[in-house]
Amino acid sequence: MRKNLIERVLPIIASLAWAFLFGIMLILFTEGIPVVKSISPLRFLFGLHWYPVHEPPEFGILPLLLGSFMVTLGAIIVALPLGLGCAIYLSEIARPCIRDITKPFIEMLAGIPSVVYGFFGLVFLAPLIQRIGHLPTGLTGGTASIILGIMALPTVTSIAEDAISSVPRNLREASFALGATRWETITKTVLPAAKSGIFTSAILGVGRAIGETMTVLMVAGGSAVIPSHFFRPVRPMTATIAAEMGEAPMGSLHYHALFAIGLVLFLLTLGLSLAAEWVKEK
Amino acid sequence: MRRKKELLGILAIRISVLFVLVSLFAVLIFIGLNGLKVLNIGFLFEPPKEGMTKGGILPAIVGSLGLSVGSICFALPLGVLSAIYLAEYAKGKRLIRVIKMGINALAGVPSVVFGLFGLAVFVKFFGFGVSILSGSLTLGILILPTIIRASEEAVLAVPQDFREASFALGASKWQTVRRVVLPTALPGILTGTILGIGRAAGETAPIMFTAATFYQRGLPHSIFDEVMALPYHIYALMTEGTSPQYQVPIAYGTALVLLLLVLGINLVAIIMRTRARRAKKW
Repeated sequence: MRKNLIERVLPIIASLAWAFLFGIMLILFTEGIPVVKSISPLRFLFGLHWYPVHEPPEFGILPLLLGSFMVTLGAIIVALPLGLGCAIYLSEIARPCIRDITKPFIEMLAGIPSVVYGFFGLVFLAPLIQRIGHLPTGLTGGTASIILGIMALPTVTSIAEDAISSVPRNLREASFALGATRWETITKTVLPAAKSGIFTSAILGVGRAIGETMTVLMVAGGSAVIPSHFFRPVRPMTATIAAEMGEAPMGSLHYHALFAIGLVLFLLTLGLSLAAEWVKEK
Repeated sequence: MRRKKELLGILAIRISVLFVLVSLFAVLIFIGLNGLKVLNIGFLFEPPKEGMTKGGILPAIVGSLGLSVGSICFALPLGVLSAIYLAEYAKGKRLIRVIKMGINALAGVPSVVFGLFGLAVFVKFFGFGVSILSGSLTLGILILPTIIRASEEAVLAVPQDFREASFALGASKWQTVRRVVLPTALPGILTGTILGIGRAAGETAPIMFTAATFYQRGLPHSIFDEVMALPYHIYALMTEGTSPQYQVPIAYGTALVLLLLVLGINLVAIIMRTRARRAKKW
């Protein structure tokens, strides 16, 4: 069969997603590498101090890495139980008519722009947390975690719900036939059967939270120190890039260091995406 | 005991759903009520005045629309052609899986990393500068996975009979795709497009270093101008400037406009999807 021009280029266009991925990685490498030339990769990754504008500057991203990890951990502690709860509710408990009303609302959470979440955190949640905890400031890692958790929740819910509702019906019926209650059926039959899907949902939820920028930029407090407590200001990697790229002179060590942080972030999220694929295959 | 567990378990799930819905409404109502105080015709159709302390947000609305439309012009053709290749031409499960893995991985890349890529490639390397063009291209790559997924689903939903009928009339593969499959899949593709527009309009981090500016006199004249954008405007109002007592109310208004815009766009997509499903005769 003869193919026309468009049909010939179709495979090239379809592989563009991979091309962009490689392009992004290439750019992050070439723009980030100069940092590793002037300070060793180990000192970059495990250095305790991030003082990019001091003289001499120090570029240790451990505080930023730990900031990202802490905020993400907090987010998944919020998102996983709530998201799983919503997923169980939608597929096992809610009547169809209530389900059809509830589901769009949960999906709506995913449609709210991250800067609006950040704004809400700034004007509402941070003052609240400051008052409740008698803290010097409400802009903390924990505050960011709560909002990120709500933001990651629709991801967790939609994937976990798919997994739960694809558990075959006869498993549930067998469980009921043995005299199990609804709760026992959910916790001992349905959830174990859906566990790889639930695990995938958690991985993707983590990926969503660790890459989120505007919320942590506005709410996490911004101090680049090793986090000592959940409700203290931190500065995750994404926030560092967003906050400092505007001030870093092009081509300076600081500029390249921010790209190197981008590379760390990219590799982390790529790893999470591939891990999710791998779990899905199993 | 078992009965008690059942009641408590289901109650916990209902409470988690309730908590999620309350969070959603808290965000919507809090921003809605405070935003309505400043929202009026002048706010929508006037430029900012007196160092961001008075006036409206017209340039930011125009800028956001420009960036969204620009990103769609770039992502829609690429996304639809990728989807056609995946659904109609690609042979072998393995190949399709690999391509989809790339698309999923691209979807998982943090938005701020797209910003770095756009800065290095479009702003610097191609020399487009901080401009609508650079921002649109960056956002276009970001929404590409959304467009591909929605279009692929729409193309796959076209019944096989349609294609066979077309082949029976002597049409070639490409003629069939162009004259039969694409028109039938159009409503689904449009839904995906609208979702992509909504996503692009709400993103902040990718445009921070590629397109957005804090203040602009009048409207942009060409695609090489930098622009104001709604999400960046909210961020800038909260973090820059010296008179928060005037800036915060404007930020509320801007957040409300952005929310209405993005949620409105999503609503249109949902309505279109439901209508298209109902209108189907097959």
